[in-house]
Amino acid sequence: MTSSLVSVAFHGVAYGMILYVISVGLSVTMGLMGFINLAHGVFAMAGGYVFSTVMARFGVPFPLALLIAFAAVAIASIVLERLLYSRLYTAGELAQVLFTIGLIYASVAIARMVYGTLAVPIVLPDYLKGQVRFMDRDFPTYRVFLILFSALIIMSLWFGVERTRWGAMVRAAVDNRGMAQSVGINTRLLFMTTFALGSGLAGLGGALGADILPVDWAYPFEHLAYFLIVVAVGGLGSLRGPFIAALLIGVADTACKYWVPEFGAFLVYAATVVILLWRPMGLFGVRA
Amino acid sequence: MAASALETDRLCKSFGALTVADSISFRLEPGARHALIGPNGAGKTTFVNMLTGRIPPSSGRILLGGDDITQVNQAARVRRGLGRTFQVTTLFRSLPVLDNVALGIAEREGIARRMWKPASRHHEIKDEALELLATLGLKDDARTRVQDLPYGRQRLVEIAIALGLRPKVLLLDEPAAGVPSEDSGRILEVLGSLPGDIAILIIEHDMDLVFRFANRITVLVQGQVLVEGRPDEIAADRRVRDVYLGEAHG
Amino acid sequence: MSGYTSDPRIRWTEWLPWVAAIAFFFTMPEYLALGARILIYILFALSLDLILGYAGIITLGHSAFFGLGAYTAGILSAKYGFTDPFFQLGAAAAMAALLGLATGAVILRTKALTLLMLTLAITSILYEIANQASSLTGGNDGLSGVTVAPILGLFKFDLFGRTAFLYCLVALFVGWLVVRRMIYSPFGAMLTGLRENTARMHAIGAPVYWRLVLVYAISATMAGIAGALLTQVNQFVGLNVLGLEPSGDLLVMLILGGVGRLYGAFVGPIVYLIAQDYLAKQYPEYWYLGIGVLLIVVVLFARGGILGIVDKWLQALSRLTGSARASAR
Repeated sequence: MTSSLVSVAFHGVAYGMILYVISVGLSVTMGLMGFINLAHGVFAMAGGYVFSTVMARFGVPFPLALLIAFAAVAIASIVLERLLYSRLYTAGELAQVLFTIGLIYASVAIARMVYGTLAVPIVLPDYLKGQVRFMDRDFPTYRVFLILFSALIIMSLWFGVERTRWGAMVRAAVDNRGMAQSVGINTRLLFMTTFALGSGLAGLGGALGADILPVDWAYPFEHLAYFLIVVAVGGLGSLRGPFIAALLIGVADTACKYWVPEFGAFLVYAATVVILLWRPMGLFGVRA
Repeated sequence: MAASALETDRLCKSFGALTVADSISFRLEPGARHALIGPNGAGKTTFVNMLTGRIPPSSGRILLGGDDITQVNQAARVRRGLGRTFQVTTLFRSLPVLDNVALGIAEREGIARRMWKPASRHHEIKDEALELLATLGLKDDARTRVQDLPYGRQRLVEIAIALGLRPKVLLLDEPAAGVPSEDSGRILEVLGSLPGDIAILIIEHDMDLVFRFANRITVLVQGQVLVEGRPDEIAADRRVRDVYLGEAHG
Repeated sequence: MSGYTSDPRIRWTEWLPWVAAIAFFFTMPEYLALGARILIYILFALSLDLILGYAGIITLGHSAFFGLGAYTAGILSAKYGFTDPFFQLGAAAAMAALLGLATGAVILRTKALTLLMLTLAITSILYEIANQASSLTGGNDGLSGVTVAPILGLFKFDLFGRTAFLYCLVALFVGWLVVRRMIYSPFGAMLTGLRENTARMHAIGAPVYWRLVLVYAISATMAGIAGALLTQVNQFVGLNVLGLEPSGDLLVMLILGGVGRLYGAFVGPIVYLIAQDYLAKQYPEYWYLGIGVLLIVVVLFARGGILGIVDKWLQALSRLTGSARASAR
């Protein structure tokens, strides 16, 4: 019994960390720009595809491939932001929802055309394959790496937001956009860089997490609900909230799939409804 | 003593450590022409928002016609006879002026829920709306969309909607704010011709308008009532002059 | 269009869709199945327009009511042997109304992302339930064996879909009359006010929350009826009536036609479903790409949908002829 508890906890945490790395960008940009970006999952999917392609087709080593996935998605997101997203900042919720749904449809179609319907294969480097022995138990090496590396990313992110000037500007603008502009913060540049960082992180998360969340053409649809739940339950504009929410979802989902598979994702959705009704702004929401 | 039209009993509001309203006890008599003045940041708008129910007070009571409405929500207060106009025009911009007023009348008459007979066949509502618009000189604009009206006339539509609700108490939040001087005369006329049985509280910066309109003035400074009295008393009051030193005055 | 200054009489142009539908019935008998599907989606779109276009509630979960209505009709027939079509419709309407009332009362206190999330969560919950309760719903395989008795004992559902088409047409006609009446009524004017400026609605004493719950429940009922119709016409109900996908598709259809215009709910599904029937089978990837790009283009440049564009053309045309007339004097 304890063995399966540990196993569920372990895999749940790994899942949760990846969910967070992917979704944190969404929380910040929604809190910062007030923009409902349902297409966030597209960036994660793109990261996964880029990652797999550069490794499989160009033989790029694992660490570099991750970096390329991050950078490529970040750059692509800047292009999208300048060309399309920025026109809709004041367009209202409906327009943003529709636009991002359109973006999902288009991206999903392109993914299917280019990569077909199967999930992309991820070839792990030898040093990350196999098992690691800890306290008389075997854990998949890659998942251990996932947890540790995600923790590193997360801590860097939190440090960056808490300690750097950029982070201070983000926090100020999330708190009160108008005021931030009045004190001379270049919100346009801030939006752009934050959006790029958030999307890049999503791409990185998509690449890293391809082991847990297989990257295929329907990825943005399949996982949209969970990304949104992490952000809505965690609280828009917050960093800590979505972390707690992501871990809760990761563990809850893994636990349910393991012990009560008949219920599927039912419990996660039901819990979401309860939490959002209790706290509409999310657990740590700065803005609803 | 007759019941006041509107009354507050030691009304307080704090946002964390910041006290915006400090034990305000205020009384509006039936048929009053009462003005609330004070420098910027005195807490006038917060006070009005508490009166109308947009924000809850930290402590204290609000009474409408003698009834405690402190826990009553905004829409319910309106139904009980508390009307207001907004400092920032809050109208149905893409709808015609007539509809703006008719929607309020329909709510008052309980017709807004009806789903069968077409709205434009509800002649009682339309006629009443048109009459009201006529008293404000807006009859020719009845079918014009609000967004196509000059700002001064939009402010008049604000007042029209409020009157359509047949309030017993009317809170006018800077009715002449932002109105070019050629149109503000019209607003002053309208204010002067408002029914005598409505108790009116006006928040204004335009001292000219205040002294011509009000027969009672309350001065609010830093969330507290500084002084209250007749216009001549207030004009002569040294403390009021000190507070307004450097402020624009009429 | 609605409101106290509008003219509620039915213009002759408003009879055209019905004339066209009857003409379609006689001239295109091979396409009656597609036709019935279009009629059902128009009804579904009308229900969404009521809350989206008029009350301004943005939802990704409208399929919950559609699916509940569909499964109610299906289960009553296949599992309990209730085959009378009107009984099935009535039961579906009742179930959808209850769900609409219950969920609306609970979620309409929230707004924006929270509200959107809750609507998505609710339809996802229903999807999971339908997926898991396979003894009742057929699970992943769907529920077949749905039989519908002849309407009024006289009109049997024939293989060519003639009865089905006319049945849906009548249902849509009734739905259209009801919605049209509602839009022109004081209630409809109130809904427009809600969408325009909710703060103002509070300030005129409208109990905003209860009005939203009411229109949400009405909309849910209509969506439930549309879902039941689909089950009756196909004699089958599957999981694809629930979840994000049908909600998303419907949203696209409505935007395409034009939100808040009554007839946008007609134009959108017609264009979308005909295009889908033709293109999606042949080039499925291009279909999604086309829809995605179209949606982006519509949002950026043609927010009012097809009807919005038609409106602009008509305005431009009247200005041209107006100026022509002026210069001809």
